[in-house]
Amino acid sequence: MRIRESIDVGAPAAAVWDVITDPVQLLYVLHNSTLWEPVDEPGGGIGARYRTRMRVGSAEVGGLVEIVEWDPGRDLAWTSVTGVDQRGRWRLRERVPGRTHVELRFAGGVAGAGLGGWLAEQVAARFIGDNTRRSVVLLKQYVELTERRRAAEARRARAS
Amino acid sequence: MPDDADSSAAPAGPDDLAPRPLTAFERLVAQLGRVFAGRIPEADLDERDPDYIRDLLPTLWLISSLWFRGEVRGLEHIPAEGPVLLVGNHSGGNLTPDTGVFTVAFSSYFGVERRFHQLAHNLVLSAPGLGFLRRMGTVAASHENARRALEGGAAVLVYPGGDYEVHRPSWETDRIDFDRRTGFLRLALSLGVPLVPVVSVGGQETSVFLSRGEGLSRALGLDRFLRLKVLPVSISIPWVINVGDVLPRVPLPAKITIEVLEPLDLEAQFGPDPDLDVVYDHVVGLMQATLDRLQAERRLPLLG
Repeated sequence: MRIRESIDVGAPAAAVWDVITDPVQLLYVLHNSTLWEPVDEPGGGIGARYRTRMRVGSAEVGGLVEIVEWDPGRDLAWTSVTGVDQRGRWRLRERVPGRTHVELRFAGGVAGAGLGGWLAEQVAARFIGDNTRRSVVLLKQYVELTERRRAAEARRARAS
Repeated sequence: MPDDADSSAAPAGPDDLAPRPLTAFERLVAQLGRVFAGRIPEADLDERDPDYIRDLLPTLWLISSLWFRGEVRGLEHIPAEGPVLLVGNHSGGNLTPDTGVFTVAFSSYFGVERRFHQLAHNLVLSAPGLGFLRRMGTVAASHENARRALEGGAAVLVYPGGDYEVHRPSWETDRIDFDRRTGFLRLALSLGVPLVPVVSVGGQETSVFLSRGEGLSRALGLDRFLRLKVLPVSISIPWVINVGDVLPRVPLPAKITIEVLEPLDLEAQFGPDPDLDVVYDHVVGLMQATLDRLQAERRLPLLG
């Protein structure tokens, strides 16, 4: 399955990057994700590993993933080491200052054999597609709210 | 039909002190019991096949997600590794949909590589066409099998209520009834493994269960020769009146919700040699309170 969802966020790419590279904040925006936990030191970078889980239908699926691309403010990609076979990518492009085009891509497969495996993959794609769609919307809302708060704090600081 | 770990004893004779000759029907049932007993496979924990489970899991996930709209909460309460005794309430007749929903969730969450065994009634394992259950990790319910699996570091799922609970009438859906069986407690205490209660709701709505048929079972001698204390009577599709619940049937698409509670360390909580009745009441009380809450969340039968 290949899933791709995008959205324009009214914030600089750096602000979006801060959220998607922070395991705590990331769980706020990844819809139906129940775990995104660094295995070793938090901090990211190529080679960093995370334990992940996402609710898909009646099960929580996931496994260990490893960061394979880490281009701050632009690209973050991972691939599975154990568990569900998957590749994912956050792609950020700040086309005009203060406005970022965000794309979340997911590619993966279901391990099962035969017709059941094929059917399961089609159904799982609907669930994961819905999770992905909601995640980019949540990301936009979260980042823009955070940016508005920062701006308001800055205004208050200047006024006082 | 997963069963209690201590209910595998050979069929006890009736408590009549002066044995009477068997009737022709009883001889037939006894013969049937011997045939089934011969078919019961030797418990081989190595029969569990992770690759087979991985292949089958998507199909089971489809049924669990779309037909039963399964929801399993609290899997994080299960210790991430090591032996653990999972104790569930049992619903849904011989189809035991709650076992399927839980197995899919467990194997997806921890991975098929984690050893996970379910204890089942002998008849389930000896029935034609159900041999695949052994590759899924299902073994005959006995203390010995459970002990071996736990000593090997596996997670073991037992249903102390067994066939008694799984065929309770529909109007007792919201009751946990293990028939005062305490074998699972002795097992957890003797091996010092954590006991994790698993409470499910919805399975008993997959048919209309009318009666356990305990009297019928006794009258036919099934309790003595087949270890069947019940001969359930239900209304189900397509049989309408379904006696015995052994023929294939279509379960109603009831939403099944399962909640895993926090692990219990029985020895730390009750001491090394506790009164099992007290421990039983505690564990069942916790599970009953959870079932009451899950039942209260349901607004409509089937839909959940």
